[in-house]
Amino acid sequence: MNRKVIFKGVALPYLLLLPQLLITVVFFFWPAGQAIWFSFLRQDAFGIRTQFVGFENFADLFADPLYIQVIGNTVVFSAAVTALSIATALLLAVLADRQIRGAQGYRTLLIWPYAIAPAVAAVLWIFMVHPSIGLLGQALNGMGIPWDYKLNGAQAMLVVIIASAWKQVSYNFIFFLAGLQSIPKAVLEAAAIDGARPVRRFWTIIFPLLSPTTFFLLVVNLTYAFFDTFGVIDALTKGGPAKSTETLIYRAYIDGRVNLDLGSSSAQAVVLMVAIIALTAVQFRFIERRVHY
Amino acid sequence: MSTTELPRIAALPAAEEAATPAPRPRRMGDVVTHGVLILGVLLFALPLWIVIMGSTHDAASIGRGEVPLLPGAHAIENYAGAWAGGTSATIRVPVAVMMLNSVVMATAIAVGKIAISLISAYAVVFFRFPGRMLAFWAIFITLMLPVEVRIFPTFKVVSDLGMMDSYAGLIVPLIASATATLLFRQFFMTIPDEFVEAAKIDGAGPMRFFWDVALPLSRTNMAALFVILFVYGWNQYLWPLLVTTSGNVETIVVGIVKMIGSEANTEWNIVMATTVLALLPPVAVVLLMQRWFVKGLTDTEK
Repeated sequence: MNRKVIFKGVALPYLLLLPQLLITVVFFFWPAGQAIWFSFLRQDAFGIRTQFVGFENFADLFADPLYIQVIGNTVVFSAAVTALSIATALLLAVLADRQIRGAQGYRTLLIWPYAIAPAVAAVLWIFMVHPSIGLLGQALNGMGIPWDYKLNGAQAMLVVIIASAWKQVSYNFIFFLAGLQSIPKAVLEAAAIDGARPVRRFWTIIFPLLSPTTFFLLVVNLTYAFFDTFGVIDALTKGGPAKSTETLIYRAYIDGRVNLDLGSSSAQAVVLMVAIIALTAVQFRFIERRVHY
Repeated sequence: MSTTELPRIAALPAAEEAATPAPRPRRMGDVVTHGVLILGVLLFALPLWIVIMGSTHDAASIGRGEVPLLPGAHAIENYAGAWAGGTSATIRVPVAVMMLNSVVMATAIAVGKIAISLISAYAVVFFRFPGRMLAFWAIFITLMLPVEVRIFPTFKVVSDLGMMDSYAGLIVPLIASATATLLFRQFFMTIPDEFVEAAKIDGAGPMRFFWDVALPLSRTNMAALFVILFVYGWNQYLWPLLVTTSGNVETIVVGIVKMIGSEANTEWNIVMATTVLALLPPVAVVLLMQRWFVKGLTDTEK
Protein backbone atom coordinates (compact mmCIF):
# COMPACT_ATOMS: atom_id res chain seq x y z
CA MET A 1 0.00 0.00 0.00
CA ASN A 2 3.01 2.33 -0.21
CA ARG A 3 4.02 4.47 -3.15
CA LYS A 4 7.65 4.33 -4.17
CA VAL A 5 7.92 7.96 -5.21
CA ILE A 6 6.84 10.46 -2.61
CA PHE A 7 7.27 14.08 -1.64
CA LYS A 8 9.50 15.31 1.17
CA GLY A 9 8.09 17.24 4.06
CA VAL A 10 6.72 16.68 7.51
CA ALA A 11 4.80 19.83 8.42
CA LEU A 12 2.72 19.85 5.25
CA PRO A 13 1.16 16.35 5.61
CA TYR A 14 0.23 17.09 9.23
CA LEU A 15 -1.38 20.32 8.10
CA LEU A 16 -3.35 18.47 5.42
CA LEU A 17 -4.52 15.87 7.90
CA LEU A 18 -5.40 18.41 10.57
CA PRO A 19 -9.04 19.23 9.60
CA GLN A 20 -10.09 15.60 9.28
CA LEU A 21 -8.30 14.49 12.46
CA LEU A 22 -9.59 17.44 14.46
CA ILE A 23 -13.21 16.63 13.57
CA THR A 24 -12.58 12.94 14.14
CA VAL A 25 -11.19 13.51 17.62
CA VAL A 26 -13.68 16.18 18.75
CA PHE A 27 -16.87 14.67 17.32
CA PHE A 28 -16.06 10.96 17.13
CA PHE A 29 -13.44 9.76 19.63
CA TRP A 30 -14.22 12.14 22.48
CA PRO A 31 -18.00 11.46 22.41
CA ALA A 32 -17.51 7.72 21.91
CA GLY A 33 -15.10 7.67 24.84
CA GLN A 34 -17.61 9.61 26.93
CA ALA A 35 -20.36 7.16 26.01
CA ILE A 36 -18.20 4.30 27.27
CA TRP A 37 -17.26 6.20 30.45
CA PHE A 38 -20.88 7.26 31.20
CA SER A 39 -22.05 3.69 30.73
CA PHE A 40 -20.23 2.85 33.99
CA LEU A 41 -21.73 5.78 35.91
CA ARG A 42 -25.07 6.42 37.49
CA GLN A 43 -26.63 9.79 38.36
CA ASP A 44 -29.10 10.29 41.17
CA ALA A 45 -32.62 11.47 40.37
CA PHE A 46 -31.63 15.14 40.57
CA GLY A 47 -28.53 14.80 38.43
CA ILE A 48 -26.35 16.14 41.25
CA ARG A 49 -24.35 13.12 42.40
CA THR A 50 -22.71 10.68 40.07
CA GLN A 51 -21.12 7.45 41.13
CA PHE A 52 -19.20 4.66 39.47
CA VAL A 53 -21.31 1.51 39.27
CA GLY A 54 -19.23 -0.81 37.10
CA PHE A 55 -21.32 -2.99 34.82
CA GLU A 56 -24.56 -2.36 36.71
CA ASN A 57 -26.11 -0.33 33.86
CA PHE A 58 -25.52 -3.23 31.52
CA ALA A 59 -26.82 -5.76 34.03
CA ASP A 60 -29.98 -3.70 34.55
CA LEU A 61 -30.40 -3.35 30.81
CA PHE A 62 -30.31 -7.06 30.09
CA ALA A 63 -32.45 -7.84 33.14
CA ASP A 64 -35.16 -5.54 31.78
CA PRO A 65 -37.80 -7.62 29.93
CA LEU A 66 -38.71 -4.53 27.88
CA TYR A 67 -35.12 -4.28 26.61
CA ILE A 68 -35.17 -7.95 25.67
CA GLN A 69 -38.41 -7.25 23.80
CA VAL A 70 -36.67 -4.37 21.99
CA ILE A 71 -33.82 -6.70 20.99
CA GLY A 72 -36.42 -9.14 19.66
CA ASN A 73 -38.14 -6.34 17.71
CA THR A 74 -34.82 -5.28 16.23
CA VAL A 75 -33.96 -8.82 15.13
CA VAL A 76 -37.37 -9.41 13.50
CA PHE A 77 -37.39 -5.98 11.90
CA SER A 78 -33.81 -6.13 10.56
CA ALA A 79 -34.13 -9.67 9.23
CA ALA A 80 -37.41 -8.90 7.48
CA VAL A 81 -36.21 -5.61 5.98
CA THR A 82 -33.00 -7.24 4.73
CA ALA A 83 -34.70 -10.31 3.26
CA LEU A 84 -37.51 -8.35 1.62
CA SER A 85 -35.36 -5.64 0.06
CA ILE A 86 -32.63 -8.03 -1.15
CA ALA A 87 -35.09 -10.51 -2.69
CA THR A 88 -37.11 -7.79 -4.46
CA ALA A 89 -33.98 -6.06 -5.74
CA LEU A 90 -32.46 -9.32 -7.00
CA LEU A 91 -35.61 -10.24 -8.93
CA LEU A 92 -35.86 -6.78 -10.52
CA ALA A 93 -32.14 -6.61 -11.31
CA VAL A 94 -32.08 -10.02 -13.01
CA LEU A 95 -35.03 -8.97 -15.18
CA ALA A 96 -33.70 -5.49 -15.94
CA ASP A 97 -30.38 -7.04 -16.97
CA ARG A 98 -32.04 -9.04 -19.77
CA GLN A 99 -31.80 -7.90 -23.38
CA ILE A 100 -35.23 -6.32 -23.59
CA ARG A 101 -36.67 -3.16 -25.07
CA GLY A 102 -36.58 -0.22 -22.66
CA ALA A 103 -34.12 -1.80 -20.21
CA GLN A 104 -32.46 1.58 -19.55
CA GLY A 105 -35.83 3.18 -18.84
CA TYR A 106 -36.69 0.51 -16.29
CA ARG A 107 -33.34 1.00 -14.62
CA THR A 108 -33.85 4.75 -14.23
CA LEU A 109 -37.37 4.24 -12.89
CA LEU A 110 -36.06 1.78 -10.31
CA ILE A 111 -33.03 3.81 -9.24
CA TRP A 112 -34.66 7.10 -8.24
CA PRO A 113 -35.95 5.95 -4.81
CA TYR A 114 -32.30 5.85 -3.70
CA ALA A 115 -32.59 9.61 -3.25
CA ILE A 116 -35.51 9.43 -0.83
CA ALA A 117 -34.87 9.97 2.87
CA PRO A 118 -36.09 7.16 5.14
CA ALA A 119 -38.34 9.65 6.93
CA VAL A 120 -39.80 10.86 3.62
CA ALA A 121 -40.35 7.27 2.46
CA ALA A 122 -42.36 6.80 5.65
CA VAL A 123 -44.46 9.87 4.87
CA LEU A 124 -45.14 8.53 1.36
CA TRP A 125 -46.30 5.26 2.91
CA ILE A 126 -48.62 7.03 5.33
CA PHE A 127 -50.76 7.88 2.29
CA MET A 128 -50.82 4.19 1.37
CA VAL A 129 -51.50 2.57 4.74
CA HIS A 130 -53.27 5.18 6.85
CA PRO A 131 -56.57 3.64 8.01
CA SER A 132 -58.70 6.61 6.95
CA ILE A 133 -56.77 8.54 4.29
CA GLY A 134 -54.48 5.82 2.85
CA LEU A 135 -55.19 3.89 -0.33
CA LEU A 136 -54.52 0.39 1.04
CA GLY A 137 -55.66 1.13 4.58
CA GLN A 138 -59.04 2.30 3.34
CA ALA A 139 -59.39 -0.67 1.03
CA LEU A 140 -58.64 -3.15 3.81
CA ASN A 141 -61.13 -1.54 6.17
CA GLY A 142 -63.63 -1.39 3.31
CA MET A 143 -63.28 -5.14 2.81
CA GLY A 144 -64.06 -5.67 6.47
CA ILE A 145 -60.49 -6.38 7.57
CA PRO A 146 -59.85 -4.21 10.64
CA TRP A 147 -56.72 -2.25 9.82
CA ASP A 148 -55.12 0.39 12.01
CA TYR A 149 -51.37 0.31 12.42
CA LYS A 150 -51.63 2.88 15.20
CA LEU A 151 -53.50 0.37 17.36
CA ASN A 152 -52.32 -3.04 16.20
CA GLY A 153 -48.70 -3.88 16.98
CA ALA A 154 -48.27 -6.56 14.32
CA GLN A 155 -49.68 -4.26 11.65
CA ALA A 156 -47.39 -1.47 12.85
CA MET A 157 -44.36 -3.75 12.51
CA LEU A 158 -45.48 -4.77 9.03
CA VAL A 159 -45.82 -1.13 7.97
CA VAL A 160 -42.37 -0.04 9.20
CA ILE A 161 -40.82 -3.13 7.59
CA ILE A 162 -42.46 -2.41 4.22
CA ALA A 163 -41.58 1.29 4.22
CA SER A 164 -37.96 0.60 5.26
CA ALA A 165 -37.48 -2.21 2.72
CA TRP A 166 -39.15 -0.15 -0.03
CA LYS A 167 -36.60 2.64 0.46
CA GLN A 168 -33.64 0.23 0.34
CA VAL A 169 -34.56 -1.78 -2.79
CA SER A 170 -33.05 0.69 -5.26
CA TYR A 171 -29.70 0.65 -3.44
CA ASN A 172 -29.57 -3.15 -3.66
CA PHE A 173 -30.80 -3.02 -7.25
CA ILE A 174 -27.85 -0.82 -8.28
CA PHE A 175 -25.36 -3.26 -6.76
CA PHE A 176 -27.01 -6.38 -8.16
CA LEU A 177 -27.12 -4.82 -11.61
CA ALA A 178 -23.41 -3.99 -11.41
CA GLY A 179 -22.74 -7.55 -10.21
CA LEU A 180 -24.77 -9.07 -13.04
CA GLN A 181 -23.00 -6.99 -15.65
CA SER A 182 -19.63 -8.28 -14.47
CA ILE A 183 -20.62 -11.93 -15.09
CA PRO A 184 -18.94 -13.01 -18.33
CA LYS A 185 -21.54 -13.48 -21.07
CA ALA A 186 -19.60 -16.46 -22.46
CA VAL A 187 -20.36 -18.53 -19.36
CA LEU A 188 -24.07 -17.92 -19.69
CA GLU A 189 -24.06 -18.62 -23.42
CA ALA A 190 -22.20 -21.88 -22.89
CA ALA A 191 -24.82 -22.97 -20.35
CA ALA A 192 -27.63 -21.96 -22.73
CA ILE A 193 -26.09 -23.98 -25.53
CA ASP A 194 -25.85 -26.95 -23.17
CA GLY A 195 -29.60 -26.65 -22.80
CA ALA A 196 -29.85 -25.03 -19.35
CA ARG A 197 -33.14 -23.13 -19.03
CA PRO A 198 -33.16 -19.59 -17.60
CA VAL A 199 -34.25 -20.71 -14.12
CA ARG A 200 -31.52 -23.34 -13.98
CA ARG A 201 -28.95 -20.87 -15.34
CA PHE A 202 -29.94 -18.50 -12.54
CA TRP A 203 -29.49 -20.96 -9.67
CA THR A 204 -26.39 -22.76 -10.95
CA ILE A 205 -24.44 -19.84 -12.44
CA ILE A 206 -25.80 -16.37 -11.74
CA PHE A 207 -26.70 -16.77 -8.08
CA PRO A 208 -23.36 -18.32 -7.00
CA LEU A 209 -21.40 -15.72 -8.96
CA LEU A 210 -23.43 -12.97 -7.31
CA SER A 211 -22.78 -14.29 -3.81
CA PRO A 212 -20.07 -11.71 -2.98
CA THR A 213 -22.52 -8.93 -3.86
CA THR A 214 -25.30 -10.59 -1.90
CA PHE A 215 -23.11 -11.01 1.15
CA PHE A 216 -21.94 -7.41 1.00
CA LEU A 217 -25.55 -6.24 0.71
CA LEU A 218 -26.55 -8.44 3.63
CA VAL A 219 -24.17 -6.56 5.91
CA VAL A 220 -25.07 -3.14 4.49
CA ASN A 221 -28.80 -3.81 4.79
CA LEU A 222 -28.50 -5.02 8.37
CA THR A 223 -26.56 -1.86 9.23
CA TYR A 224 -29.24 0.20 7.47
CA ALA A 225 -32.04 -1.56 9.36
CA PHE A 226 -30.22 -1.09 12.67
CA PHE A 227 -29.33 2.58 12.38
CA ASP A 228 -30.80 4.43 9.42
CA THR A 229 -34.43 3.49 9.90
CA PHE A 230 -34.87 5.79 12.88
CA GLY A 231 -36.66 8.29 10.63
CA VAL A 232 -39.08 5.66 9.31
CA ILE A 233 -40.10 4.58 12.79
CA ASP A 234 -40.30 8.12 14.14
CA ALA A 235 -42.52 9.27 11.26
CA LEU A 236 -44.82 6.24 11.18
CA THR A 237 -45.27 4.77 14.66
CA LYS A 238 -42.93 6.53 17.14
CA GLY A 239 -42.08 3.06 18.44
CA GLY A 240 -45.70 2.26 19.28
CA PRO A 241 -48.24 0.97 19.78
CA ALA A 242 -47.11 -0.32 23.20
CA LYS A 243 -43.42 -0.32 22.13
CA SER A 244 -44.12 -2.96 19.48
CA THR A 245 -41.98 -1.16 16.87
CA GLU A 246 -39.29 0.13 19.22
CA THR A 247 -35.85 -0.89 17.98
CA LEU A 248 -32.50 -0.57 19.79
CA ILE A 249 -31.71 2.81 18.28
CA TYR A 250 -35.19 4.17 18.99
CA ARG A 251 -35.06 3.03 22.60
CA ALA A 252 -31.61 4.63 23.06
CA TYR A 253 -33.07 7.87 21.73
CA ILE A 254 -36.12 7.75 24.04
CA ASP A 255 -34.03 6.96 27.14
CA GLY A 256 -31.54 9.72 26.40
CA ARG A 257 -33.81 12.41 25.05
CA VAL A 258 -37.11 11.89 26.84
CA ASN A 259 -36.21 9.97 30.00
CA LEU A 260 -32.81 11.71 30.36
CA ASP A 261 -31.30 8.50 31.72
CA LEU A 262 -27.65 9.13 30.97
CA GLY A 263 -26.21 5.87 32.32
CA SER A 264 -28.69 3.58 30.61
CA SER A 265 -28.65 5.44 27.31
CA SER A 266 -24.83 5.37 27.30
CA ALA A 267 -24.85 1.65 28.04
CA GLN A 268 -27.22 1.22 25.09
CA ALA A 269 -24.91 3.28 22.90
CA VAL A 270 -22.06 0.93 23.85
CA VAL A 271 -24.22 -2.11 22.96
CA LEU A 272 -24.90 -0.52 19.56
CA MET A 273 -21.19 0.19 19.09
CA VAL A 274 -20.38 -3.46 19.74
CA ALA A 275 -23.06 -4.46 17.20
CA ILE A 276 -21.68 -2.22 14.47
CA ILE A 277 -18.06 -3.19 15.17
CA ALA A 278 -19.10 -6.83 14.78
CA LEU A 279 -20.90 -6.11 11.50
CA THR A 280 -17.96 -4.12 10.12
CA ALA A 281 -15.49 -6.77 11.18
CA VAL A 282 -17.51 -9.48 9.42
CA GLN A 283 -17.62 -7.33 6.29
CA PHE A 284 -13.88 -6.69 6.22
CA ARG A 285 -12.90 -10.25 7.03
CA PHE A 286 -15.00 -11.25 4.10
CA ILE A 287 -13.46 -8.69 1.76
CA GLU A 288 -9.96 -9.81 2.77
CA ARG A 289 -10.85 -13.39 1.93
CA ARG A 290 -12.28 -12.40 -1.40
CA VAL A 291 -9.13 -10.50 -2.34
CA HIS A 292 -7.04 -13.63 -1.77
CA TYR A 293 -9.54 -15.76 -3.60
CA MET B 1 -67.89 -29.36 -24.45
CA SER B 2 -64.89 -29.91 -22.28
CA THR B 3 -64.23 -33.32 -23.77
CA THR B 4 -63.85 -31.88 -27.26
CA GLU B 5 -61.97 -28.72 -26.28
CA LEU B 6 -59.39 -30.23 -24.00
CA PRO B 7 -57.39 -32.40 -26.38
CA ARG B 8 -57.17 -29.60 -28.93
CA ILE B 9 -55.71 -27.16 -26.42
CA ALA B 10 -53.31 -29.72 -25.10
CA ALA B 11 -52.11 -30.55 -28.58
CA LEU B 12 -51.56 -26.93 -29.59
CA PRO B 13 -48.31 -26.07 -27.81
CA ALA B 14 -46.68 -29.33 -28.84
CA ALA B 15 -47.51 -28.72 -32.48
CA GLU B 16 -46.21 -25.16 -32.37
CA GLU B 17 -43.05 -26.07 -30.58
CA ALA B 18 -42.26 -28.57 -33.30
CA ALA B 19 -42.69 -25.91 -35.98
CA THR B 20 -40.96 -22.96 -34.28
CA PRO B 21 -39.10 -24.15 -31.21
CA ALA B 22 -37.18 -21.04 -30.16
CA PRO B 23 -39.22 -17.82 -30.53
CA ARG B 24 -42.31 -18.72 -28.50
CA PRO B 25 -40.79 -19.30 -25.04
CA ARG B 26 -38.57 -16.30 -25.62
CA ARG B 27 -41.53 -14.06 -26.43
CA MET B 28 -43.42 -15.43 -23.43
CA GLY B 29 -40.39 -14.80 -21.22
CA ASP B 30 -40.16 -11.22 -22.46
CA VAL B 31 -43.82 -10.60 -21.67
CA VAL B 32 -43.34 -11.89 -18.13
CA THR B 33 -40.16 -9.81 -17.77
CA HIS B 34 -41.94 -6.64 -18.88
CA GLY B 35 -44.89 -7.46 -16.67
CA VAL B 36 -42.82 -7.92 -13.50
CA LEU B 37 -40.66 -4.87 -14.22
CA ILE B 38 -43.73 -2.71 -14.79
CA LEU B 39 -45.14 -3.98 -11.50
CA GLY B 40 -41.86 -3.07 -9.84
CA VAL B 41 -41.87 0.41 -11.35
CA LEU B 42 -45.48 0.90 -10.22
CA LEU B 43 -44.64 -0.27 -6.70
CA PHE B 44 -42.19 2.61 -6.47
CA ALA B 45 -44.17 5.15 -8.46
CA LEU B 46 -47.59 4.68 -6.86
CA PRO B 47 -46.87 6.21 -3.42
CA LEU B 48 -45.18 9.13 -5.15
CA TRP B 49 -48.07 9.51 -7.61
CA ILE B 50 -50.62 9.68 -4.78
CA VAL B 51 -48.62 12.36 -3.00
CA ILE B 52 -48.15 14.43 -6.16
CA MET B 53 -51.87 14.22 -6.94
CA GLY B 54 -52.81 14.84 -3.33
CA SER B 55 -50.75 18.00 -3.29
CA THR B 56 -53.20 19.48 -5.83
CA HIS B 57 -56.34 18.93 -3.73
CA ASP B 58 -57.71 20.90 -0.80
CA ALA B 59 -57.39 19.80 2.81
CA ALA B 60 -61.07 18.91 3.17
CA SER B 61 -61.21 16.32 0.40
CA ILE B 62 -58.08 14.54 1.69
CA GLY B 63 -59.37 14.73 5.26
CA ARG B 64 -62.65 13.12 4.15
CA GLY B 65 -60.60 10.19 2.96
CA GLU B 66 -60.86 10.69 -0.80
CA VAL B 67 -57.63 9.15 -2.03
CA PRO B 68 -56.52 11.42 -4.85
CA LEU B 69 -55.52 9.59 -8.01
CA LEU B 70 -56.14 12.48 -10.42
CA PRO B 71 -55.02 16.12 -10.34
CA GLY B 72 -57.16 18.62 -8.47
CA ALA B 73 -57.55 22.37 -8.72
CA HIS B 74 -55.61 23.56 -5.70
CA ALA B 75 -52.00 23.02 -6.77
CA ILE B 76 -50.95 26.65 -6.80
CA GLU B 77 -52.45 27.59 -3.44
CA ASN B 78 -51.04 24.46 -1.76
CA TYR B 79 -47.51 24.95 -3.04
CA ALA B 80 -47.59 28.72 -2.52
CA GLY B 81 -49.04 28.20 0.96
CA ALA B 82 -46.41 25.65 1.92
CA TRP B 83 -43.57 27.64 0.38
CA ALA B 84 -44.43 30.89 2.13
CA GLY B 85 -46.35 29.86 5.25
CA GLY B 86 -45.61 26.27 6.27
CA THR B 87 -48.14 24.82 8.71
CA SER B 88 -49.23 25.73 12.21
CA ALA B 89 -47.69 22.48 13.50
CA THR B 90 -44.25 23.80 12.52
CA ILE B 91 -44.91 27.27 13.93
CA ARG B 92 -45.42 28.61 10.40
CA VAL B 93 -41.78 28.27 9.40
CA PRO B 94 -41.98 28.70 5.63
CA VAL B 95 -40.99 25.64 3.61
CA ALA B 96 -38.76 28.00 1.63
CA VAL B 97 -36.62 28.47 4.76
CA MET B 98 -36.46 24.71 5.41
CA MET B 99 -35.50 24.06 1.80
CA LEU B 100 -32.75 26.66 1.99
CA ASN B 101 -31.46 25.08 5.23
CA SER B 102 -31.44 21.64 3.64
CA VAL B 103 -29.64 22.92 0.55
CA VAL B 104 -27.00 24.61 2.70
CA MET B 105 -26.60 21.54 4.91
CA ALA B 106 -26.42 18.99 2.10
CA THR B 107 -24.08 21.08 -0.04
CA ALA B 108 -21.77 21.95 2.84
CA ILE B 109 -21.60 18.33 4.01
CA ALA B 110 -20.85 17.08 0.49
CA VAL B 111 -18.25 19.75 -0.31
CA GLY B 112 -16.72 19.64 3.17
CA LYS B 113 -16.40 15.87 3.24
CA ILE B 114 -14.85 15.82 -0.21
CA ALA B 115 -12.42 18.62 0.62
CA ILE B 116 -11.08 17.29 3.92
CA SER B 117 -10.98 13.70 2.64
CA LEU B 118 -9.12 14.73 -0.49
CA ILE B 119 -6.34 16.50 1.41
CA SER B 120 -6.02 13.88 4.13
CA ALA B 121 -5.84 11.06 1.57
CA TYR B 122 -3.20 13.09 -0.30
CA ALA B 123 -1.14 13.43 2.88
CA VAL B 124 -1.37 9.71 3.66
CA VAL B 125 -0.46 8.58 0.14
CA PHE B 126 2.19 11.06 -1.01
CA PHE B 127 4.21 11.57 2.19
CA ARG B 128 6.06 9.54 4.81
CA PHE B 129 5.89 10.91 8.31
CA PRO B 130 5.73 9.56 11.85
CA GLY B 131 2.21 8.54 12.81
CA ARG B 132 1.06 8.13 9.22
CA MET B 133 -0.54 4.73 9.75
CA LEU B 134 -1.98 5.84 13.08
CA ALA B 135 -3.71 8.76 11.36
CA PHE B 136 -5.01 6.47 8.64
CA TRP B 137 -6.46 4.00 11.12
CA ALA B 138 -7.94 6.80 13.22
CA ILE B 139 -9.89 7.96 10.16
CA PHE B 140 -10.72 4.41 9.13
CA ILE B 141 -12.20 3.51 12.51
CA THR B 142 -14.81 6.27 12.30
CA LEU B 143 -16.64 3.87 9.96
CA MET B 144 -17.64 2.04 13.11
CA LEU B 145 -18.96 5.11 14.92
CA PRO B 146 -22.00 6.37 12.99
CA VAL B 147 -23.67 9.40 14.47
CA GLU B 148 -26.51 7.25 15.83
CA VAL B 149 -24.37 5.42 18.37
CA ARG B 150 -22.74 8.51 19.82
CA ILE B 151 -25.63 10.95 19.58
CA PHE B 152 -25.86 12.16 23.16
CA PRO B 153 -22.19 12.65 23.94
CA THR B 154 -21.78 14.34 20.54
CA PHE B 155 -24.82 16.44 21.32
CA LYS B 156 -23.16 17.47 24.58
CA VAL B 157 -19.91 18.41 22.84
CA VAL B 158 -21.82 20.49 20.32
CA SER B 159 -23.77 22.28 23.02
CA ASP B 160 -20.57 22.90 25.06
CA LEU B 161 -19.03 24.45 21.96
CA GLY B 162 -22.09 26.71 21.61
CA MET B 163 -22.96 25.24 18.20
CA MET B 164 -26.56 24.31 18.97
CA ASP B 165 -29.22 25.49 16.58
CA SER B 166 -26.72 26.71 14.00
CA TYR B 167 -25.46 25.64 10.60
CA ALA B 168 -22.11 24.78 12.19
CA GLY B 169 -23.79 22.39 14.62
CA LEU B 170 -25.74 20.76 11.81
CA ILE B 171 -22.79 20.36 9.49
CA VAL B 172 -19.39 20.08 11.20
CA PRO B 173 -20.00 16.93 13.29
CA LEU B 174 -21.09 15.03 10.16
CA ILE B 175 -18.24 16.16 7.97
CA ALA B 176 -15.54 13.57 8.74
CA SER B 177 -15.71 10.75 6.23
CA ALA B 178 -13.85 7.49 6.23
CA THR B 179 -15.41 6.26 2.98
CA ALA B 180 -14.43 9.34 0.98
CA THR B 181 -10.88 9.21 2.39
CA LEU B 182 -10.60 5.51 1.52
CA LEU B 183 -11.84 6.15 -2.02
CA PHE B 184 -9.39 8.99 -2.68
CA ARG B 185 -6.55 7.02 -1.10
CA GLN B 186 -7.31 4.09 -3.37
CA PHE B 187 -7.43 6.40 -6.38
CA PHE B 188 -4.20 8.25 -5.51
CA MET B 189 -2.42 4.90 -5.28
CA THR B 190 -3.15 4.36 -8.99
CA ILE B 191 -1.48 7.60 -10.15
CA PRO B 192 1.69 6.38 -11.92
CA ASP B 193 5.05 7.09 -10.24
CA GLU B 194 6.25 8.61 -13.52
CA PHE B 195 3.82 11.50 -13.05
CA VAL B 196 5.31 12.30 -9.66
CA GLU B 197 8.87 11.94 -10.94
CA ALA B 198 8.18 14.16 -13.94
CA ALA B 199 6.65 16.76 -11.69
CA LYS B 200 9.67 16.66 -9.36
CA ILE B 201 12.11 17.01 -12.25
CA ASP B 202 10.15 20.03 -13.44
CA GLY B 203 10.57 21.47 -9.95
CA ALA B 204 6.94 21.16 -8.90
CA GLY B 205 6.36 20.89 -5.17
CA PRO B 206 3.69 18.80 -3.49
CA MET B 207 1.03 21.52 -3.53
CA ARG B 208 1.66 22.30 -7.19
CA PHE B 209 1.30 18.59 -7.98
CA PHE B 210 -1.91 18.49 -5.97
CA TRP B 211 -3.54 21.38 -7.84
CA ASP B 212 -2.27 20.55 -11.33
CA VAL B 213 -2.34 16.74 -11.37
CA ALA B 214 -4.06 14.99 -8.45
CA LEU B 215 -7.07 17.29 -8.25
CA PRO B 216 -7.97 17.35 -11.98
CA LEU B 217 -7.55 13.56 -12.18
CA SER B 218 -9.98 13.13 -9.27
CA ARG B 219 -12.80 15.03 -10.94
CA THR B 220 -14.96 12.00 -11.82
CA ASN B 221 -14.58 10.57 -8.32
CA MET B 222 -15.50 13.92 -6.85
CA ALA B 223 -18.64 14.16 -8.99
CA ALA B 224 -19.79 10.69 -7.99
CA LEU B 225 -19.08 11.35 -4.32
CA PHE B 226 -20.89 14.66 -4.50
CA VAL B 227 -24.12 12.91 -5.50
CA ILE B 228 -23.82 10.27 -2.77
CA LEU B 229 -22.89 12.75 -0.06
CA PHE B 230 -25.45 15.35 -1.11
CA VAL B 231 -28.18 12.73 -0.77
CA TYR B 232 -26.65 11.60 2.55
CA GLY B 233 -26.68 15.17 3.88
CA TRP B 234 -30.16 15.99 2.59
CA ASN B 235 -31.63 12.83 4.12
CA GLN B 236 -30.20 13.27 7.64
CA TYR B 237 -32.92 12.98 10.24
CA LEU B 238 -31.81 12.11 13.78
CA TRP B 239 -28.98 14.63 14.03
CA PRO B 240 -30.93 17.70 12.80
CA LEU B 241 -33.83 16.64 15.03
CA LEU B 242 -31.53 16.94 18.06
CA VAL B 243 -29.50 20.00 17.10
CA THR B 244 -32.25 22.34 15.89
CA THR B 245 -34.24 23.90 18.69
CA SER B 246 -35.91 26.75 16.82
CA GLY B 247 -37.28 27.15 13.32
CA ASN B 248 -34.19 29.00 12.08
CA VAL B 249 -32.18 26.00 10.93
CA GLU B 250 -35.01 23.46 10.61
CA THR B 251 -34.39 21.11 7.70
CA ILE B 252 -37.11 19.97 5.35
CA VAL B 253 -36.97 16.24 6.16
CA VAL B 254 -37.41 16.88 9.87
CA GLY B 255 -39.96 19.60 9.13
CA ILE B 256 -42.33 17.26 7.27
CA VAL B 257 -42.48 14.79 10.13
CA LYS B 258 -43.11 17.65 12.58
CA MET B 259 -45.92 18.88 10.31
CA ILE B 260 -47.71 15.56 10.70
CA GLY B 261 -47.27 15.74 14.47
CA SER B 262 -49.92 13.79 16.33
CA GLU B 263 -52.28 13.80 13.33
CA ALA B 264 -54.75 16.14 14.99
CA ASN B 265 -55.69 18.79 12.43
CA THR B 266 -52.84 17.83 10.16
CA GLU B 267 -52.93 19.94 7.00
CA TRP B 268 -52.42 16.92 4.74
CA ASN B 269 -52.50 18.89 1.49
CA ILE B 270 -49.62 21.08 2.71
CA VAL B 271 -47.75 18.01 3.98
CA MET B 272 -48.08 16.44 0.52
CA ALA B 273 -46.89 19.57 -1.28
CA THR B 274 -43.95 19.82 1.13
CA THR B 275 -43.10 16.14 0.58
CA VAL B 276 -42.92 16.71 -3.19
CA LEU B 277 -40.68 19.75 -2.66
CA ALA B 278 -38.44 17.77 -0.28
CA LEU B 279 -38.04 14.97 -2.81
CA LEU B 280 -37.15 17.10 -5.79
CA PRO B 281 -33.55 18.21 -5.14
CA PRO B 282 -32.03 14.82 -4.20
CA VAL B 283 -33.99 12.92 -6.87
CA ALA B 284 -32.95 15.50 -9.47
CA VAL B 285 -29.30 15.23 -8.46
CA VAL B 286 -29.42 11.42 -8.67
CA LEU B 287 -31.20 11.30 -12.02
CA LEU B 288 -29.14 14.04 -13.67
CA MET B 289 -25.87 12.49 -12.57
CA GLN B 290 -27.05 8.88 -12.81
CA ARG B 291 -24.11 7.55 -14.78
CA TRP B 292 -21.40 8.92 -12.47
CA PHE B 293 -23.41 8.18 -9.39
CA VAL B 294 -23.97 4.49 -10.15
CA LYS B 295 -20.31 3.96 -10.96
CA GLY B 296 -19.23 5.96 -7.93
CA LEU B 297 -21.53 4.12 -5.56
CA THR B 298 -20.42 0.67 -6.63
CA ASP B 299 -16.75 1.76 -6.52
CA THR B 300 -16.92 3.51 -3.16
CA GLU B 301 -18.51 0.82 -1.14
CA LYS B 302 -16.49 -2.13 -2.29
